[in-house]
Amino acid sequence: MTAPVATFINIGERTNVTGSARFRKLITNGDYAAALAVARDQVENGAQIIDVNMDEGLLDSEKAMVTFLNLLAAEPDIARVPVMVDSSKWSVIEAGLKCIQGKGIVNSISMKEGVEAFKHHARLVRAYGAAVVVMAFDEQGQADTYERKIAICERAYRILVDEVGFPPEDIIFDPNIFAVATGIEEHAGYGVAFIEATRWIRQNLPHAHVSGGVSNLSFSFRGNETVREAMHAVFLYHAIQAGMDMGIVNAGQLSVYDEIEPELREACEDVVLNRRPDSTERLLAVAERFRGGGKEKKEADLAWRSWSVEKRLEHALINGITEFVEADTEEARQSVARPLHVIEGPLMAGMNVVGDLFGAGKMFLPQVVKSARVMKQAVAYLMPFMEQEKQEMGLTDAPAAGRILMATVKGDVHDIGKNIVGVVLQCNNYEVIDLGVMVPAAKILETARERKVDVIGLSGLITPSLDEMVHVAAEMEREGFDVPLLIGGATTSRVHTAVKIAPQYVRGQAVYVTDASRAVGVVSNLLNDNARAGYVANLRAEYAKIADQHARSDRNKVRMRIEDARANRAPIDFAGYVPPVPTFLGTRVFETYDLAELVPYIDWTPFFQSWELAGTYPAILEDPKIGVAARALYDDAQKMLARIVSENWLTARAVVGFWPANASGDDIVLYGETGNAPEIATLHTLRQQMAKSAGRANLALSDFIVPEGQGVTDYIGGFCVATGFGEQERTDAFKAKNDDYSAILLKALADRFAEAFAERMHERVRREFWAYAPDEALDNEALIKERYRGIRPAPGYPAQPDHTEKATLFRLLGASGAIGVELTESFAMWPGAAVSGLYFAHPEAAYFGVGRIERDQVEDYARRKGMSVAEVERWLSPILNYDPASMKPAAE
Amino acid sequence: MTATATSATAPASTFAALKDAARQRILILDGAMGTMIQQLKLDEAGYRGERFRDWPRDVKGNNDLLNLTVPDAVRDIHLAYFMAGADIVETNTFSGTTIAMADYGMEELVRELNVEGARLAKEAALIAQEKDGRPRFVAGAIGPTNRTASISPDVNDPGFRATSFDELATAYGEQAAALLDGGADLLLIETIFDTLNAKAAIFAIERLFEARGLRVPVMISGTITDLSGRTLSGQTPEAFWNSVRHAAPFSIGLNCALGAKEMRAHIDELSRIADTLVCAYPNAGLPNEFGLYDESPAAMAKLVGAFAASGLVNIVGGCCGTTPDHIRAIAEAVAPHPPRDIPTIAPRLRLSGLEPFELRA
Repeated sequence: MTAPVATFINIGERTNVTGSARFRKLITNGDYAAALAVARDQVENGAQIIDVNMDEGLLDSEKAMVTFLNLLAAEPDIARVPVMVDSSKWSVIEAGLKCIQGKGIVNSISMKEGVEAFKHHARLVRAYGAAVVVMAFDEQGQADTYERKIAICERAYRILVDEVGFPPEDIIFDPNIFAVATGIEEHAGYGVAFIEATRWIRQNLPHAHVSGGVSNLSFSFRGNETVREAMHAVFLYHAIQAGMDMGIVNAGQLSVYDEIEPELREACEDVVLNRRPDSTERLLAVAERFRGGGKEKKEADLAWRSWSVEKRLEHALINGITEFVEADTEEARQSVARPLHVIEGPLMAGMNVVGDLFGAGKMFLPQVVKSARVMKQAVAYLMPFMEQEKQEMGLTDAPAAGRILMATVKGDVHDIGKNIVGVVLQCNNYEVIDLGVMVPAAKILETARERKVDVIGLSGLITPSLDEMVHVAAEMEREGFDVPLLIGGATTSRVHTAVKIAPQYVRGQAVYVTDASRAVGVVSNLLNDNARAGYVANLRAEYAKIADQHARSDRNKVRMRIEDARANRAPIDFAGYVPPVPTFLGTRVFETYDLAELVPYIDWTPFFQSWELAGTYPAILEDPKIGVAARALYDDAQKMLARIVSENWLTARAVVGFWPANASGDDIVLYGETGNAPEIATLHTLRQQMAKSAGRANLALSDFIVPEGQGVTDYIGGFCVATGFGEQERTDAFKAKNDDYSAILLKALADRFAEAFAERMHERVRREFWAYAPDEALDNEALIKERYRGIRPAPGYPAQPDHTEKATLFRLLGASGAIGVELTESFAMWPGAAVSGLYFAHPEAAYFGVGRIERDQVEDYARRKGMSVAEVERWLSPILNYDPASMKPAAE
Repeated sequence: MTATATSATAPASTFAALKDAARQRILILDGAMGTMIQQLKLDEAGYRGERFRDWPRDVKGNNDLLNLTVPDAVRDIHLAYFMAGADIVETNTFSGTTIAMADYGMEELVRELNVEGARLAKEAALIAQEKDGRPRFVAGAIGPTNRTASISPDVNDPGFRATSFDELATAYGEQAAALLDGGADLLLIETIFDTLNAKAAIFAIERLFEARGLRVPVMISGTITDLSGRTLSGQTPEAFWNSVRHAAPFSIGLNCALGAKEMRAHIDELSRIADTLVCAYPNAGLPNEFGLYDESPAAMAKLVGAFAASGLVNIVGGCCGTTPDHIRAIAEAVAPHPPRDIPTIAPRLRLSGLEPFELRA
């Protein structure tokens, strides 16, 4: 499942006498037991905060608030979530605050009665230790326009933060959601005004939040629930993208954005976003067809029953329908060989869709909880069949293959993935001790010790669980455990496990498990006396490599605006710089380059890494642990290397070119072969946006080329070298003889040859072709350490992470026609043993990593490249410092 | 000596001196007052002294009363802790509220008990300071009272409350005012088993600070009552922290109910989430079969020393069953270790019910 980046909190309104007729009736009748059941139901359905409102004219609201909150405090399964004390009367709010031991939210205060009353209330809220909702309301009334909304919120923010000392992260603005499609022209812009005010608040009032009561929006469609639900879903979809992170909405009355009938959705969108003058009329027309939960809706409801069983299960999971789940699960079971396949197949597929919709902000937590319920019922239905299967296969009496403790870590309640893993493990005859959810480290360790478990498995779905897993690992280390620790769940990753968890637990091994299907393989390796040592050694090498790569990456740093980054470009003073002139312009091709010449340039360290032997050549050959293996591999490699060279197994070809060029902003413009020839190409570069300390520049490759307009022509080079010609035939032949070892060895060596070729060609460029360092004398170690002038960065690598730039480079080089290297649709080179890149000659040119970039640069870059922003985002997705789907800063 | 004369340090400089000391080393709090009082083996007459000879109710067990009836013994206990290495001692005022004193009919004495309690501790501080020149501090101890604001004492009536926020705030406000008048340098809201009581105390202290135009450091210490890992009122340590963070306390921590071994995981948790000093003063182990706390100074110091070695704590001391020997051993055990670094916590909306909630924006 996708990680829940959804940061939207849905606050239930069913314990609100103004929002729920049923609750009002229960309270006015004094039926507090039933009223509590409403609250419990809401929490069980996933409400993370409950809103309590007793504003009813006929009630003693203060007394009702106190009675209800005191009763609620005695119900741990309700009281576990924070309370929103909701009233328009301050006295009721204050009475409520005196009953809650937790930190709740006051809903709401405003400047309606003037600034002094506002400050007084804010100070008291603070003294009672609560967060606060601030209505966009002042002495003149409620804010209805964008301008009024942001003006009032900004004023309130400044008073709270500067004068009252209120923590900004505890401020939640409610910029007023009003009814749209009322037939009154001024109301048409209310939806947009809220959404845009939300965007402004989130961008300009740091740490503050935005909430709103969504049901007001559809007031004019009272009685037509289908349309109301659709309007709410559409509105939330857009408001959340603008930064709304809380809302009061009845989860039961909310459609899934993607599931809304398209015509209705479009009509709602027109109304909410005020996209056309006749949007209200059009929605009214569409609405007629859905009136009264209409007949049409009923038909639509049942239409899905005619779909395939896989689709039916998916539909039931997405919509949380349990009604048919057993029948559908049974049907699915009969269609597959083993009951387990229903779980691994259609059920998991459906849950993946749920995860994706949730991640994209198109489903909300309560709906996901309903989906989980469907899943659990389906799995529960299958359990007896799996038990029976186990018995039939005679596994009952056999001792368990191992005892595995599983737990969802403290602070996390998500357990579907863990349960599935548990099921899969049990099917494979492991004994599983499942401690359930929200399990503290101490409990895990205590149980593990008492029950002498062989493996501990931790699961978590939400990001904070990552830290908790690190904590558990550290505690295991401290308490002397050495059993393997499995890590799984949506937010977990190999990188996190390698970088954060494994180093805390060196006595044992932490293992990232991608998905349930891998769990059995991992566990059997870990518990098999013969396999364990090698398996763990491989893991450690892999994790060490990942940790190393991660250390060099650049994530989660503060980014600068692209204008500011540009202002901080590399301070190279080109005055007096005379660019060296290459010995030729245009391209030069090298056919059938002598392989023997390349052998001394081979860098062996990455060769060992490709075999998951971690260490630096040549020290690795003497390594006490892996030295023996490394030496054997190195010997085999030397033997094959000799044959490659003497028998010409591989053909090496290269093309190198030089062109006049000048930098133009962050781009590099290339000219024809004479000085004032027209532009023939533009190379685009990306600029670092990480915040830099004083004296450190925000680099882009264009910084290393003399800018245009200075009357000085600079030069740039490009190259493509390949050694993979002939590799495919050889490896196929090895495989045909079941000699995979040799096949892999050849591939690894061909790759090394390509890199060596690039190194050698660069050396010749410096000494002969561009000839700016004719007397350079460096040994191979110095070459590997890049102790020379000039660089040869490749598109798709840290200094220019955009692979699509290869298209321009290849066109300039004519690489396809000249040496037969092709680009795939993903801009990978074929044959694979190939290297391409640019040459820069300036003495200050240096390798760097662009790191993560912001949307402002992406938009600018897209404009320069003539690509759509979406396409650029697709290619650069690994380095985006934001989530294009939600347009929010990437969560850490 | 009068109350004002004993207030040698003004609040602002107390704050600075404490902060400064806390940056440099792990601060030492005292050990149990009750355990030391038991060793005095006082009978009913001993508790009453001359002044309360004819008090209409039994008073044996009212330890706070000893501030008035055997003040020299109380001061000597404080001095013993100071000389064992404590930087801060707690006043003998655990039950010094009108609510707790109602059991003895001594509500009228509350102010006097607290003023005297603070004065005795301050006298001991000045004596110790004179001996070795090291600054010593007095924390006015504010106990939980014997009533709970968020739990009903009647299982058949879960909505009933034996006290209220307002009643608690009034009582805590009186106690805190008297402690400051007696010369307390800081205030310590301790042994919190119901966070709503603590919130009432925080509210009252905040009002007091506003009224007086001064502010002293406030330490907050909760109690995880058993191996469930929660307070009596059901909160997890993180939920508890979220509930009291608005007090901007000088320290957050835990005391009582658990020994150092059982307390460790919870201190570890607070240590990770709290952007203020962390304070731990556990009992001398769990009670043995006779209900006594018998963990030796060496054994306890080893466990508390490990807190320090792991960088979990800024202030340590002892609760039930601990003696000056325990404090001496603890002070020695933590001395080689630097104090915990206070982490920077990203500002986020953090709420709580019984469990914590965080909005990741």
